Amino acid sequence: MSVEVAGTVRAKADGPLKLAVPRGALLEGTLDVLDAIGVDTAGLRGGSRALIFPGEEITLVTMRPSDVPTYVEAGAADVGITGKDVLLEQSDRMVYELLDLGYGRCRMVLAGRVGDERLGEAERRLGMMRIATKYPRVAQRHFESTGRQAEVIEVKGSVELAPLSGLADGIVDLVATGRTLEENDLEVREEIVECTARFVANRVAHKLRGGEVDELTAKFREAIER
Amino acid sequence: MIHPIPPGTRDVLPDEMRELRRLHLALIEVFEGRGYGEVATPAIEYDEVLGRGDGRTAGSAYRFFDESGDLLALRSDMTVPIARLAASRYANSEPPLRFCYLANAFRAVRPQRGQMREFAQAGVELIGAPAPQGTAEVVEVLEAALDAVGLDRAVIGLGDADLYRQLLAELGVEGEARDSILERLAMHDLVGLEAELSAQDGISDEQCATCVALSQLRGGREVLDEARTWGGTAVERATARIGETYEALEARGAAERVQIDLGLLRDLGYYSGAILEVYDPALGHVLGGGGRYDGLLKRFGLDLPAAGFALYLERVHIAQMEEESRRGAS
Repeated sequence: MSVEVAGTVRAKADGPLKLAVPRGALLEGTLDVLDAIGVDTAGLRGGSRALIFPGEEITLVTMRPSDVPTYVEAGAADVGITGKDVLLEQSDRMVYELLDLGYGRCRMVLAGRVGDERLGEAERRLGMMRIATKYPRVAQRHFESTGRQAEVIEVKGSVELAPLSGLADGIVDLVATGRTLEENDLEVREEIVECTARFVANRVAHKLRGGEVDELTAKFREAIER
Repeated sequence: MIHPIPPGTRDVLPDEMRELRRLHLALIEVFEGRGYGEVATPAIEYDEVLGRGDGRTAGSAYRFFDESGDLLALRSDMTVPIARLAASRYANSEPPLRFCYLANAFRAVRPQRGQMREFAQAGVELIGAPAPQGTAEVVEVLEAALDAVGLDRAVIGLGDADLYRQLLAELGVEGEARDSILERLAMHDLVGLEAELSAQDGISDEQCATCVALSQLRGGREVLDEARTWGGTAVERATARIGETYEALEARGAAERVQIDLGLLRDLGYYSGAILEVYDPALGHVLGGGGRYDGLLKRFGLDLPAAGFALYLERVHIAQMEEESRRGAS
């Protein structure tokens, strides 16, 4: 099989383009946008536990959103979809961010306990806040860029537990509806950045399979502008 | 007992060494066969001398004092040491000078990323041959080298290092904003690029869209025509330079594997004019790169134009293995 890039045979492509699909919160929106551009998502929607769904033109590879940059950077997936939060946290991953897909909109925020002044107290009296987060680098960068000091504590599970149990004074986390915060007696104190789903590509795939990557980008753009 | 070595360094055992040796011989044979004499330079040099070659990135990641208190540095590539060598030892020689090398260089790594602190590079430097013929010769040598090691599917990207610097100057973007935009271009962060450009005063939506679209233009000669329709002096100049190089390549019958790429941006400070990158479909990482650095030798007191390329040997070896197993399978 060979791919024509602008009239000349540049390189022989190895099978269909591999697209990394994020499982979890972004899955539904991703499947919708894939349907909109005519990619068969029936296998994935069927609740199958398979990880790879081969297709004519595109093979879908499913994974955790935070693994997407890893696979795409290495070229194990040619292109992928993941959240801007993941890309910010893994900003040293060399992937090309080609398009803002617009769905999966949520906010990265600093939150503290409702009516609790611990965040301000810690900063004023101890010179430093203790912040629990799954996004240590985003958090660190936010405090550095606003000239404040913070001890960033990385946790893997429910971040909301940290201020409730006294592990931290506040949290940096992703908020969609705000329900989880509310249920845990937490409130937004500062908004850091707004995040949406992004279409990313491997550097080499972007060069050697340029025609296919550009076509896919154009289709996505058309689908989200509809 | 297990004794550790620093992350990003490694031992090479006989089976791998045998294959690497074959790879080395094949490459050096191509280089020497085209008149590029092999040279070696010390792995450690004076920091001040290396830094002269690459002020922007400030040279090496590894610096230390010697017994007399002089600051030494481990080299981070071979282009700067060879520029130093040419200026010191060949100042009165008739150009062009042709050198090749196979050497280890050292760079800082980010933890947990499988990056190499010490890595092997093979490449050539052509000093005293201006664009476009000098560039075309270097590309020709690169193609012969790729063929010699069995990477006949590899593609060479050809771009221009000055395009965006000049384009942004034309649009009146300077200082921090310019650096930040160049960084986003290099990363192909198109979402961020669009946001930063449209936040600039005096840049219309149309100019912003042109800049983004320009960075996505890659293919054959026709992309130059397409870029030209968008106008502007910077685009006009860059496409003219790339066009000349491409014509020189066509005349040598060496243009077939070259993909013109207006989105190419290399991060080393000394490039000017043509820049190159090498890809193979079997590998997700760039195999190597190069280009012109017409101002570099002047910093060492020898005002000659120059061009060259370097291949990352470990990556070439991986691609070679992948290509072999692919050929075996089909």
